[in-house]
Amino acid sequence: MTQQAAAPEAPAGLAVRVRDLHYAVNGRTILAGVDLDVRRRSVTAIMGPSGTGKTTLLRLLTGQLRPTRGQVEVDGQDLSRLSRTGLFALRRRMGMLFQQGALLTDLDVYENVAFPLREHTRLPERLLRHVVLTKLQAVGLRGAWRLTPAELSGGMARRVALARAIVMDPRLLIYDEPFVGLDPVSLGVVLRLIRRLNDALGLTSIVVSHDVREITAVADHCCLLSGGRIIAAGPPRALQASDSAEVRQFVRGEPDGPVPFHYPAPDYAVQAAAVR
Amino acid sequence: MRLATDLFASAQATVRAVGAYALFALRVLAAVPGALPRPGLVIAQVYNTGALSLVIIMLSGLFVGMVLGLQGFDLLQRFGSEESLGTAAALSLLKELGPVVTALLFAGRAGTALAAEIGLMRATDQLAAMEMMAVDPLRRVIVPRFLGGLIAMPLLAAIFSLIGIFGAQLIGVQLMGVDPGHFWSQMRAAVEVGDVMEGAIKSAVFGALCSLIAVHEGYHALPTAEGVGRATTRSVVISSVIVLLVDYLLTAVML
Repeated sequence: MTQQAAAPEAPAGLAVRVRDLHYAVNGRTILAGVDLDVRRRSVTAIMGPSGTGKTTLLRLLTGQLRPTRGQVEVDGQDLSRLSRTGLFALRRRMGMLFQQGALLTDLDVYENVAFPLREHTRLPERLLRHVVLTKLQAVGLRGAWRLTPAELSGGMARRVALARAIVMDPRLLIYDEPFVGLDPVSLGVVLRLIRRLNDALGLTSIVVSHDVREITAVADHCCLLSGGRIIAAGPPRALQASDSAEVRQFVRGEPDGPVPFHYPAPDYAVQAAAVR
Repeated sequence: MRLATDLFASAQATVRAVGAYALFALRVLAAVPGALPRPGLVIAQVYNTGALSLVIIMLSGLFVGMVLGLQGFDLLQRFGSEESLGTAAALSLLKELGPVVTALLFAGRAGTALAAEIGLMRATDQLAAMEMMAVDPLRRVIVPRFLGGLIAMPLLAAIFSLIGIFGAQLIGVQLMGVDPGHFWSQMRAAVEVGDVMEGAIKSAVFGALCSLIAVHEGYHALPTAEGVGRATTRSVVISSVIVLLVDYLLTAVML
């Protein structure tokens, strides 16, 4: 894809480094030994079927959850050694786009984007306005500055949240399922924005998604998460050409295969007979 | 044996819940200084919890005062001392009914709104988004709402008592024919600063408790529709029971 070819060469160094990451909740293992490297200034896709722990992995990368075992380094800093203040300082250099945008419902579009600036800086109102309008212009929603979140469509809300995520000029931008529930036009807009913002602002982007076609078109590097582990990693083409049955099933969207169509269940006759 | 085990587990759960409340209260109090430089946020919450509850408080105050006027007149007439109606109404309202009924109404109107709002913020990832923007939700969302309730409650209780006294006067003096001179002068002579202070202390304590319970239930709501609904219900039920319990304790201490 031409957009991908235009991406700048990633300099040496890792923005995120994950080693032997384990996470379990209520005795149920979600992640079982994840290793992940995210190169600076690249777009890295984390793919996988629903319920494999993609969002959990993101929450571990951002310090919202503490791992059961293993190490997460962001920007060279080990998250487990950071205090809450240190974690907050690190998060000022990160932006995150939540699945449904997570806009603050009591503020309008302009104030939502201005929120991090008002909380962390003492910019004069004129300069703050300039910064906010610039970011809204970048996502094509400068004209919607006075709308409330309730008046926005799903795609618009996602774009406003994106403007808010980049307003502090982060170095790492994380997208959690950015394409869910979007119409084809909004999806195309968000897809283009991910690549354009990454290249124009020199960011590192991590995109969690299960929309294979969309994400492989925009990512430099893809990882496939399944069964709590990363079972394949590499450039999108390498994943598409993979001869692993599990990877093939996911990439081609086959309903049955190594990932079974049916949720584990007892024998049908036994279950049917056990009427109380 | 089973009963003993169940009782032990229940006692353990209660102690754990009380401990969680105490820890949360400490965290909120520790975050108060950080929220003070932003008085605008607190004033907005005084408006949300206080000004928007005014109509229900004033109406309820009027009706409670009117009932007090009727019942008080009927009772005092039996002893031939209906001129004391002003004193009886004022003391009942200032010391007891004002703080308690206002707190119950506050828990029903403002407390449920707080719990539902914060619970929905949790369910729609708004609190997580704040955390990701390096903004402490406790300082930005919880403390202003707690302080707003703490400030609004005594003001609402004072308004309730004043309107209540007016309602009692309306019935006692205007309808039943109690002498207005006796009504007001006896009230002025009998009501002391200590009585007013007792009501003020009670309403401040109830305000702190109701606000804390509402923000705690909202903040710890399960991020589902059912979770938010349950948090809202729990907020009003726990607040009502605690207000009545603490009212007894405070009355016993201050009498």
